[in-house]
Amino acid sequence: MTLKREDVKNIAHLARLNIDEGAVDRYAADLSRILELVDQMNQVNTDDVMPMAHPMDASQRLRADEVSESNQRDKFQAIAPDVEIGLYRVPKVIE
Amino acid sequence: MKWETVIGLEIHAQLATHSKIFSGASTAFGAEPNTQACAVDLGLPGVLPVLNSEVVNMAIKFGVAVNAHIAHESVFARKNYFYPDLPKGYQISQYELPIVGEGQITITPEEGISKVIGITRAHLEEDAGKSLHDQFTDQTGIDLNRAGTPLLEIVSEPDLRSAKEAVAYARKIHSLVQFLNICDGNMQEGSFRCDANVSVRPQGEEKLGTRAELKNINSFRFLERAINFEIERQIDLIEDGGEVVQETRLYDADKNETRSMRSKEEANDYRYFPDPDLLPVRISADDIQHIRDTLPELPEQKRQRYVEELNLSEYNADLLSGSRDIADYFETALAEAPDLASVLANWILGDLTGALNKSEMAFTESPVSPQQLAGLLKRISDHTISGKIAKDVFEAMWNGEGDADDIIERKGLKQITDTGAIEKMIDEVIANNPDQVEQFRAGKEKVLGFFVGQIMKQSKGKANPGQVNQLLRDKLKS
Repeated sequence: MTLKREDVKNIAHLARLNIDEGAVDRYAADLSRILELVDQMNQVNTDDVMPMAHPMDASQRLRADEVSESNQRDKFQAIAPDVEIGLYRVPKVIE
Repeated sequence: MKWETVIGLEIHAQLATHSKIFSGASTAFGAEPNTQACAVDLGLPGVLPVLNSEVVNMAIKFGVAVNAHIAHESVFARKNYFYPDLPKGYQISQYELPIVGEGQITITPEEGISKVIGITRAHLEEDAGKSLHDQFTDQTGIDLNRAGTPLLEIVSEPDLRSAKEAVAYARKIHSLVQFLNICDGNMQEGSFRCDANVSVRPQGEEKLGTRAELKNINSFRFLERAINFEIERQIDLIEDGGEVVQETRLYDADKNETRSMRSKEEANDYRYFPDPDLLPVRISADDIQHIRDTLPELPEQKRQRYVEELNLSEYNADLLSGSRDIADYFETALAEAPDLASVLANWILGDLTGALNKSEMAFTESPVSPQQLAGLLKRISDHTISGKIAKDVFEAMWNGEGDADDIIERKGLKQITDTGAIEKMIDEVIANNPDQVEQFRAGKEKVLGFFVGQIMKQSKGKANPGQVNQLLRDKLKS
């Protein structure tokens, strides 16, 4: 599978990455080579292998439904760039 | 052309846990902004999610109740998109292997008509935070208290054929999650939200039409209106030669219309992949059996029990088992007056429902408690008061004047059963109305009603009507 310039731009946009117009071709080539490797791996017959959702063959540990966190808003908000009346402020986002 | 509507619902039920799905922060509603958002909820570097066991139990409860297949192994996935109220840049959800698989539920959109609706799946996910647009003039405020609140997203098959059926289905799920004690069902607070996928196709056509997804619907009434508006919009569009485009549309309750949310369009590539921070969730057959064994009585079982053991009518049994609040009220009252099931049913569905509707109150807010209502009905059944006086006592209880016994005592409403006192009233009425006495003796039976009315009036409703009837006949015939 080969990525086109448009694919690279679309992926960058979805990931909110700002990439240089001049670098698009290079990214397309590099990423395509990774996909070639994936293609190569896809050649292996895995019919008898159960797919894994995680490299570790273990199951999720669960915790009890208990409130264990206290209010630490002041600490968290001390590192936020813009805070007012307890809210984090961001540029206007409205439909 | 005849059109057929096809609807599928996605319901987000907020699970009634104390803490969040992946963190130990509280889920209590109404706290000061951002006081219940911890490092995990904020997506700070280095934190790891740890799954809440109660969330898993609640999902299994739902699955068992709709006869669904419960996955022995389910997997959490990341749904990637950018929005300020989603600090991590992804929502932890389930994609390929949801915890609850195919199931079904029976709805009754109309009295006597029932229909089985398929449930495609139900999966666990975390809620996002809240964006507040009206706090600041040119900025948006973010409150992350809701971020990480556990949700069960219940997806139906496109089996619904009208707004009415969609509402019946949503109500049924709403009632079920409350009976299961897994969601408080509060729609105003956003604990139970519906999105509707609506499309139309020519009658008889197999292929589904292009659908629009309706969002922002926070009541059953709006759900019905939004769908009906959308059906008409799509039919008009097609009949005018246009084409429905697949999109997300926001319902505006004030204008009663749906409108396009353009920004959602390009974001529709979520690039799901298994979340490497979470291992697969394994559930044993024993775990499922244990939950099945400890499930509370469900609406359908209640309905049957009411009919078979309490001898209630199908209709009353259906209404009483239709919502958790009504069923709880009925059963609490029944515990006080176990022999009066049928009378209780009539009062709860009649006078009490009427009074609550008039005041726009829920059963949980009733000024007359179930114990008080049972106390009143006991006094009717032991003939202390008549059914007519009972209505006055009910009104007094409603106005907070105390228990039935207090009110009856204080206002002197006890039925007069003293034969002598009633006979005296009858003699007076007979003496004052010689014409009517003549008519009765000439065979005009209907006049008896006139006499009974007069005596009830004179006794201010306190005479026992049966007794009055008997004594009157004896006296008039003598």
